[in-house]
Amino acid sequence: MSSLHWVVFSPFLLAIFVPLLFKQFRRIHTGWFVLILPIILFVYFLQFIVVTSSGNTVMERADWIPSLQIGIDLYVDGLGLLFALLITGIGSLVVLYSVFYLSKETEKLNQFYVFLLLFMGAMLGVVLSDNLIGLYMFWEFTSLSSFLLIGYWNERERSRYGAQKSLLITVLGGLSMLGGFVMLGFMGQTFSIRELISQSAEIFAHPLFIPAMLLILLGAFTKSAQFPFHIWLPDAMEAPTPVSAYLHSATMVKAGIYLVARLSPIFAESGVWLWLISAVGLVTLFWGSFSAVKQTDLKGILAFSTISQLGLIMSLLGLGAAALHFENLDDNIYMAATVAAIFHLINHATFKGSLFMAAGIVDHETGTRDIRKLGGLLPFMPITFTITVIGGFSMAGLPPFNGFLSKEMFFTGMVNVLALDIFNMNTWGVLFPVIAWIASVFTFLYSMILIFKTFTGKAQLEKLEKKPHEAPMGMLISPIILASLVITFGIFPNLLSASLIEPAVSSIQPLLAQNDFHVHISFWHGWWTPELWMTIGVIAIGIILYLTLSKWKGIYGILSQRYSLNALYDWILSTMDNFSRALSDRVMTGSIRNYLVYIFTAFFLLLGVSLFGKGAFRLEFGNIAPIGLYEIILAFALVIGSISILFAKSRLTAIILLGAVGYTVSLFFVLFRAPDLALTQLVIETISVALFLLCFYHLPKLTSRKEERLTFKVTNAIISVGVGVVIALIALSSHSQKLFDSISSFYLEKAYTEAGGKNVVNVILVDFRGLDTMFEITVLGIAALGIFAMIRLRLTRRNDQL
Amino acid sequence: MKNDLILQTVTKVAVFIILLFSISIFFGGHYSPGGGFVGGLMTSAAIVLLLLAYDLNTVAKILPVDYKIMIATGLLISALTVAGGAIFDVPLMTHAYKYFDLPILGHTSLHTAVLFDLGVYLVVVGVTMTIIQTIGEDE
Repeated sequence: MSSLHWVVFSPFLLAIFVPLLFKQFRRIHTGWFVLILPIILFVYFLQFIVVTSSGNTVMERADWIPSLQIGIDLYVDGLGLLFALLITGIGSLVVLYSVFYLSKETEKLNQFYVFLLLFMGAMLGVVLSDNLIGLYMFWEFTSLSSFLLIGYWNERERSRYGAQKSLLITVLGGLSMLGGFVMLGFMGQTFSIRELISQSAEIFAHPLFIPAMLLILLGAFTKSAQFPFHIWLPDAMEAPTPVSAYLHSATMVKAGIYLVARLSPIFAESGVWLWLISAVGLVTLFWGSFSAVKQTDLKGILAFSTISQLGLIMSLLGLGAAALHFENLDDNIYMAATVAAIFHLINHATFKGSLFMAAGIVDHETGTRDIRKLGGLLPFMPITFTITVIGGFSMAGLPPFNGFLSKEMFFTGMVNVLALDIFNMNTWGVLFPVIAWIASVFTFLYSMILIFKTFTGKAQLEKLEKKPHEAPMGMLISPIILASLVITFGIFPNLLSASLIEPAVSSIQPLLAQNDFHVHISFWHGWWTPELWMTIGVIAIGIILYLTLSKWKGIYGILSQRYSLNALYDWILSTMDNFSRALSDRVMTGSIRNYLVYIFTAFFLLLGVSLFGKGAFRLEFGNIAPIGLYEIILAFALVIGSISILFAKSRLTAIILLGAVGYTVSLFFVLFRAPDLALTQLVIETISVALFLLCFYHLPKLTSRKEERLTFKVTNAIISVGVGVVIALIALSSHSQKLFDSISSFYLEKAYTEAGGKNVVNVILVDFRGLDTMFEITVLGIAALGIFAMIRLRLTRRNDQL
Repeated sequence: MKNDLILQTVTKVAVFIILLFSISIFFGGHYSPGGGFVGGLMTSAAIVLLLLAYDLNTVAKILPVDYKIMIATGLLISALTVAGGAIFDVPLMTHAYKYFDLPILGHTSLHTAVLFDLGVYLVVVGVTMTIIQTIGEDE
């Protein structure tokens, strides 16, 4: 356990104390205690910039399950550090914001901050894990905490729906990703990402390469809300706004992007990788921006905008893979795509974070997020307006904000596709810049809608729940910090290039970055570059579309709701629900007799088929002990007792006969000199007979209820005889052939020397196979509590009805 | 069942004998037939005998024990004994034992296995009695 491990686990540790702090200090907002941690962690991770910018990395190992090569191996390089800084930095701002957003009187702050810290620790684990299985564990933790946070207001039906949807979709992807990880581990005989990268050539040639890649990409696409899995993100907006700003725009949804970036060195040689990621990214980019325009909820716009921006980053990462095929070029133009992806990732976190917080302020101070009700808020909330303008213009790609720079670089990357002559890019690749440009027009459009529909126009105060006013200062601090970062990174982009972008890019493209690679982001590329004219075109067409919005909005009505992806999702869920209900209604009839028929039929068939199918049946009476008079008498007693049970007239007789059979069996144990078994069997028979007597004492007599008397059924007879015969045959066969030496001699020898006991049975129970006993008594305990709960619950329910 | 004088008189004596015997075979388990499982069952048998001779309420008055807590206690003791290995950095379930010469008992071995077995004993008694009690109360 190194200090790095403590850092990753510190949010989990603090989460344990949060409920305590909440209870003890009711007058202080719990958020203040939580706030300290991300700030400390942020400062801690800042120190690593020195390490990674000089090209070094840090690796700390801790074993977890060494026999399976699973460990919590933490690895800090440029990419991991960038994400760690985002997680802790945005995390600090979000916690600060939440202190003012969530009231300490009415909200369940103890739960909220536990979930939030759980997420923070898990996300740090995802981006710092070098071991794939460790990464997977943290990955699912982020899905889980996201589920809990979306469902935070669990009294709302929409919250529960959104939480379930996000969990189902992301965990489905996570599971397939685990499959991909296992395949990777199988191909490379290790789960360490770094070791896998070093053998990327062998893995590329392996037949499992493509399946593993597809499975892992499914995980990345579901997590990062890529088309067609994006449908969970808009519903996740039911979460409190700080959560939306943190998980569903700045960090968690970027885990998929992280994964793609992290595994690029392994998979990027493949043409499928390049095509799939860039195409899915572009489709998502277009569909997200197109759908954002029709939204009327502020957070809905932001959700679709996040989807589209994630698609943008994804497509850039996909195109960045092209750089691998041009290793000889001195000026590798395809590196620009990867640089743009990383740069936009940072920019997106800043402007989208500030926009979410501004939307939260509007919601908090007016009581609604519906842009049809909002409007004319500018005189009431000038600071929030300024923040929204900065964030929105940056998102639209206007100078001098950072979004402009990354949008230019994005266009550069897309235009470069035209020069690409691998994987048939020269044919369909033409579409790339076209789609990118159209999507950017819509991006511009929804950014304008977000800003101007909310703050300008006629104020409709009568439709608002509260009288609008500016938010308290504390709530404004976080978005102001983010907005000033938007401007700072816009004017001085090279602040980031050497410290964060270069190390991150070199983690994604380790081979290329070796030969003296430097990032320089410039503001002005000259008049006659396609990027500049594309931007000017975006602004011009965007303004026209905005002004004529009401005239062409009808096209959104063409695609009916019935055929949407959401309807498909709901249809799948309800169909599965109906199917499983129909199935269980059919099978679970509630009659114990039917269940016994299932159990014994399966028993009979499985054992019988495997006994004869595997050729295990054999009869040999060579080495049996001589049969004495006592054995014969006891056997007769057993047979007579068993048969008489069938003809017993009353329950009491049946129970006593059953007891007699049990006692006879224990006499057999006495004959075979197994005192422990005999003793146990005797006591168990005594107790169970007493128990049955106690149970049945109050029940009506058999004769008084005719229908209780079983009629003879052929199928039941076949099943019961069959089970008996199969068991007898198995017992005889196992006696007839000894494939292995008996283990009993080992126990006899070692019982005294190793365990210091003379009763071998007991030594086996408490020592050699003690873990079995441990779990057996656990099961016993669970069974007893189950019986207690079932009977007691039924009793109380009956009492309630009376 | 309310007026079984003979059964009740015999029970008064027999219960103690059964209980003592059950404790004896519980402790002797490591060297002669017996152990926590049989010991626990036999203790339950003694209590069941009481239940048959008297009724649930009387027995609950004589032995005011919450058997569910007994299950939990037993599981905890066993689990801690198993986990003890982790503290001493040996494989789980490793038992320690030593022989002592004690005053009345003479040459005796003290064995951590008996702690584990104590857990088993408590769980078995707890489980049996919980089941019998709940079913008995449910009429």
